[in-house]
Amino acid sequence: MTTRRMTYREAVREALRESLTRDKRVFLMGEDVNRYGGAYACSLGLPAEFGDERIRDAPLSESAFVGAGIGAALGGMRPIVEIMTINFSLLALDQIVNSAATLRHMSGGQFSVPIVIRMATGAGRQLAAQHSHSLEGWYGHIPGIRVLAPATVADARGMLWPALMNPDPVVIMEHATLYNEEDELPTEGDMSVDIGKAAKRREGADATVIAHSACVKKALDAADMLASEGINCEVIDLRILRPLDDETIIASVRKTHRAIIVDEAWRSGSLAAEISSRITEQAFYDLDAPVARVCGAEVPIPYPRHLELAALPQPQSIAAAVRKAMRR
Amino acid sequence: MRNIADDRVHLTREHAFELLRQMTRIRRFEEKCAELYTQEKIRGFLHLYIGEEANAVGVISTLSEDEAIVATYREHGHALVRGLPMNEVMAEMFGKAAGSSRGRGGSMHIFSARHRFFGGNAIVAGGLPLAVGLALADKMVGIERATCCFFGEGAAAEGEFHESLNLAALWHLPVLFVCENNLYAMGTALARSQSNPSISERAAVYGIESEAVDGMNVVDVEAAARRAVHAVRRGEGPRFIEAMTYRFRAHSMFDPDLYREKAEIEEWKKRDPIMLFADWALSAGILHQDDRQEIEAGVAQEIDAAVAFAEAADWEPVEDLVKDVISPPETVP
Ligand SMILES: Cc1ncc(C[n+]2csc(CCOP(=O)(O)OP(=O)(O)O)c2C)c(N)n1
Repeated sequence: MTTRRMTYREAVREALRESLTRDKRVFLMGEDVNRYGGAYACSLGLPAEFGDERIRDAPLSESAFVGAGIGAALGGMRPIVEIMTINFSLLALDQIVNSAATLRHMSGGQFSVPIVIRMATGAGRQLAAQHSHSLEGWYGHIPGIRVLAPATVADARGMLWPALMNPDPVVIMEHATLYNEEDELPTEGDMSVDIGKAAKRREGADATVIAHSACVKKALDAADMLASEGINCEVIDLRILRPLDDETIIASVRKTHRAIIVDEAWRSGSLAAEISSRITEQAFYDLDAPVARVCGAEVPIPYPRHLELAALPQPQSIAAAVRKAMRR
Repeated sequence: MRNIADDRVHLTREHAFELLRQMTRIRRFEEKCAELYTQEKIRGFLHLYIGEEANAVGVISTLSEDEAIVATYREHGHALVRGLPMNEVMAEMFGKAAGSSRGRGGSMHIFSARHRFFGGNAIVAGGLPLAVGLALADKMVGIERATCCFFGEGAAAEGEFHESLNLAALWHLPVLFVCENNLYAMGTALARSQSNPSISERAAVYGIESEAVDGMNVVDVEAAARRAVHAVRRGEGPRFIEAMTYRFRAHSMFDPDLYREKAEIEEWKKRDPIMLFADWALSAGILHQDDRQEIEAGVAQEIDAAVAFAEAADWEPVEDLVKDVISPPETVP
């Protein structure tokens, strides 16, 4: 099979192009998606192909245009709404939680809201607290939506179309530090991925490291470091933050008997806390060590490089947690 | 408090000198920041105010030192004119512990309690409700002073803009809203983002007396600000100024600036607020060529000192990472 190299950003763009081409009901709406080319340049060039109607610049009005996206979905369209960063999505949280996520249930199953909401998330670019947070766990808390976190170029390419075909609201979190990552993708064929399953990114027998988004790469780096010490980690990429794929997680923990959860978000009340609970609920007697967590420090993300690095999980801190679980 | 009774701008030599000096400080400071950014001394988002200096200078020169200011992520100019030491502002740009926000905030989050400078806010329109609250606090305590809130025209599309104006008008609060209308919200032009492109007209709908002024003319801005601030202080409720201005640089250092014509930028540069004011003051005989040179020399010195200060300043120790998230235990009752 022939392959080509592309960035995560290009993968998102190609996925957008594919969706816009395949289904006339699809349109992209958000701040600066058209003239500016998208804050992260994901939609650069698309207006020339699809026009101003379908690549639709919205004013600074997150609540209004996300809500309008929900309305358009009710009205038969398939909107993709881009929110510049997850921090700003809080202005639209009311629409997402109180409308998108609840309408099906409140209407007794009469209405679906087939909207896809994309947003950039995460720290690592020295943008300080108001541009750096990881609130994926908050979205993971909400019944009625599906939450996806593409950690690889292939997932960035392959998640959008199945998300659009899903009758319910789907939130896709793209980590801001991943846009420049590159990988080989097949030149042709269906790129769609299963948006129900976690992925095993590395086989191992000694410990399971569970991560998502930008932390997957850090977990793999840690696993490389540990391999030279004779510790073989299995690395699970959650991919789907809601609903969590318990089956894949628990099967791995049953095999390795150790679980280390990596989450860029704050530890308190985090997704990591939820996963830890599920492991103790379902696989307590299989564990050879307490479930461990490597999370973001409990601080709004600081601007200086050294403090930002210290606030986030790093391969070294992940490796240390694995060693501890191994009593090494 | 300085003389607040007079609505007119008195262009004495001293005052003109100060207006020009403050605008020049902002301009040169930011040019230096752009240079330091390419050297990777300053990181993250850097939003330059170049072209818009007349607004911060014109408005803030009418405020007294204890009147609160709320600004956005494009706030270096506001911070400097308000009186935050350039050393501290520069150290903040570097992320050093000696910075005005201990380096935690960087370019977008400059704060100074001692100058009643309440940010440095990177959530568009996020500052408006804060300003309303600061004014509410003053009113409840019975302090007669204005709170001044700066924001861009993009903010006028946000719900918070409308909610804040409504509250301020409804409760008759002492707020001066200053919309710095530079025609673009990132890459989105005014006509593409606002159903009615006159932001001052929309403010007026809430019953707030509003005025649009030439934001490239520091004297016009100051005159409008004087009238507005005095009215606010007298308890006549909120006032709104829309300053028509332009940013000569891209939105941020990440912005390739593809959404506007080079010719448009060049056209606006002919209305450079510093150039215009200096030329006028020279031709009117208020300032002399020597004054300009004196200002430039003084500013260059101040900037060199600030860069040296920031370079030499310490990084905050990593052990302090989670400091200042909540107040220290001894202050909790
Ligand atoms: C709530 C929110 N949405 C989006 C952004 C991203 N953003 C930062 S600045 C900006 C443009 C704001 O334009 P304007 O209010 O006109 O101010 P200017 O930058 O022109 O001074 C945008 C969209 C943000 N910071 N906050």
